[in-house]
Amino acid sequence: MILIGERINAGFSDVEQALEEKDPEEIRSLARRQTEAGADYLDINMGAVSKDPDDMVWLVETVQETVDTPLSIDSQRADIIEPALEACKSNPLINSTTAQDEKLGNLLPLAVEHDASIIGITSGKEGAPQDVNGRLEHAAKIFTKANEYGLDVDNLFIDPVAMPLKFMQEQASNLLKSISQISNISDPPPHISLGISNMSSDATEKSLINRTFLVMAMAVGLDAAICNVFDDKLIKSVATAEMIMNEGIYNDSFLETYRMS
Amino acid sequence: MQIPDVSSNWENEISSITIGATEEEGGTRSRTITIGGETTMPYLHFEGSMPNRPVSALEIWDVRPESWPEILKEPYGDVLGDPVEWAQKCEEDYEPDLLCLRLAGCDPYGEDRSPEQATKIVEKVLDATTLPLIIWGSGDEEKDNEVFTLVSPAAEGENCLLGTITEDNYRTLSALGKADDHKVIAESPVDINIAKQVNTLALDVGYDLEDIVIFPNSPALGYGIEYVYSIMERTRLAGLKGDRLMAQPMMANIGGEVWKTKEAKTPEDETPNWGDLSKRGPAWEATTAFTYLQSGADLVVMRHPKALEEVGRTVDRLMGDGEQ
Repeated sequence: MILIGERINAGFSDVEQALEEKDPEEIRSLARRQTEAGADYLDINMGAVSKDPDDMVWLVETVQETVDTPLSIDSQRADIIEPALEACKSNPLINSTTAQDEKLGNLLPLAVEHDASIIGITSGKEGAPQDVNGRLEHAAKIFTKANEYGLDVDNLFIDPVAMPLKFMQEQASNLLKSISQISNISDPPPHISLGISNMSSDATEKSLINRTFLVMAMAVGLDAAICNVFDDKLIKSVATAEMIMNEGIYNDSFLETYRMS
Repeated sequence: MQIPDVSSNWENEISSITIGATEEEGGTRSRTITIGGETTMPYLHFEGSMPNRPVSALEIWDVRPESWPEILKEPYGDVLGDPVEWAQKCEEDYEPDLLCLRLAGCDPYGEDRSPEQATKIVEKVLDATTLPLIIWGSGDEEKDNEVFTLVSPAAEGENCLLGTITEDNYRTLSALGKADDHKVIAESPVDINIAKQVNTLALDVGYDLEDIVIFPNSPALGYGIEYVYSIMERTRLAGLKGDRLMAQPMMANIGGEVWKTKEAKTPEDETPNWGDLSKRGPAWEATTAFTYLQSGADLVVMRHPKALEEVGRTVDRLMGDGEQ
C-alpha cells in the first residue's frame, strides 16, 4: 500500500501559520514524524493560504532538508507545480489533474518531463460524477491520454473521488464498484488512490469509518491512499489487510515489521 | 518458434555479507569471503547478476566425531581427534572457501566442555589456519550463550560467522555479534514465517539485517528437501520483491543432515542394490547441496571432501565458469 501523508496542508492551522511566518520547524517536524509513521509520500498543500510558486518551493525545500521521502505536490496549477517539481530531489507525485483536456494537456507532459507520477481524478468540467459509469469514463480518458503522452503506467494514479459518507451514503458502494472496475482497465493496472479522510468528513467515528472503508477498498484494488498516517489503527489495519491479501510473508511481529519496511 | 522473454526486473537486491578479516582489516585471515548481492533468482544470468559465487565450507569438530560413519571418517584418518590438525588438513588438502568449527564438545548431554575449553580451541584453530571461520555452537541454547560469551570476544576482529540465533534465543548472540563485529546465522525450524520473525527480532535489538545469514534448516535429499527448497525459493522471491527482512543470503547445513541418513551410510553388503558406498555417500551429500544451491543457498556446509569437490565443479558450471 502506498501511503501519502496528508498532514502538510495549510488547511491545518499549524501549517497555515508556519507557511505565513516561514517558520520551518513545524514543517520539518511534520515531515519527519509522518515519515517515521510510514508515509511513502508527503503531500504538500498550500490550501487557500498562498498562490505563490515560491511558497511551494519553500515548503518543498524545507521538507527535503529533513527527510528523503518523495513529495506529492498538491496543486492543479502548472505555474505552481513546475518550479516545485524542479526543486524535488526524488521522483515526485503531481496531485492532481482532472480529466479535462486542458489540464491533461498541461500536466501530463510535465509529469513525463520530470519523471514524476501523477494522480488523475475522475472529474470533468461538470464536476465529479457520482455513478460508476461516469467515474469509469473519466478514468478511461485519463488512462488513454497518459498513454498518448508516454507516461509509464506505473506512474499513473487514478483517484475515483471519495465523498462524505454522512452526506452521500450511497456513494461509498459506488466507489467500491468503481475501484474494482478501474483495476481491470489494463494489465498491469494503474495505481488507484483515494483521499480517505473525505469519507468521514463531518461524521462521528472518523477513524473507524476511514479504516473500515480503506480495507474494503484495498480488497477490490485500491493500492494508494492520501491519509492520516498518525492514525495508528488505520496503519495497523492496512498492515493486517496486506497480510490477509497475501502481499507479504506473515511473521508474528508483522505490525512492527510493517513499520520497519 | 520465438522463445518469450521471461526475465523479471526485481526491485531489490539481496544484501552482501563478508566473512573473515585480513590483517589490514584487523584480523589474521589470508582472504575474506563475500556472499549474496544477487539481483536475480539463482543462476538466471540473463535476468540479473550474481556478483558473488556461492561458497562451501568444510566442517570440523572440537571433539572426535564418534557418530560419523566410517566412510566419512576415512578421508580424515587420525586428524579427527585434533581439531587444529583437522582444520589444517582441510585447508591444505581440500581447499574449501571457509572452515566451519562446530563446538559439539560443549553439548551438555555430551562431553559438556567448558566455555574456556571451547575458547582455547577456537583460538588455536584461528592461529593454525588462514581461511574465514564459521563458529557453530552445540545446539543447546543456554550452553551456547555461555560459550559464545567467551568465544566471541576471543575471536574479535576475525569477522566470523556465529551460529545460531533463533526465535527463542537471539539476544545474547546478537549483542555479542554486534559488540565483537561478527556476522550471525539466523536459524528457523523449516518455517518461513519464523525465519522472518527471527530477523525482525534481531533488528529489534539493534542487530543489522545486513549482517545476517538465513538458515531455514536443510533436511537431506529424501527427508523433506522439497519443502525447504520451496521455503528458500519463496524467501528469495520475497527479498527480491522488496521485503528487506527476507533479503539476506541463505545457507544450508548439508553434511550434518546427509550423514544421518541410511542412504549415505548403510554398507553395500546390507543393501547390495544401492551401489558402491564410497560413491553413494558423497553423491548423496553432493546432490543435496546441488539442490539447495539451485533454490538460492549462498553457502553450504559440507563434510566429505569428494562431495565438496563436486560442489565446486557444479558451482563453476552454474556460474558459467567451468565446462558445460
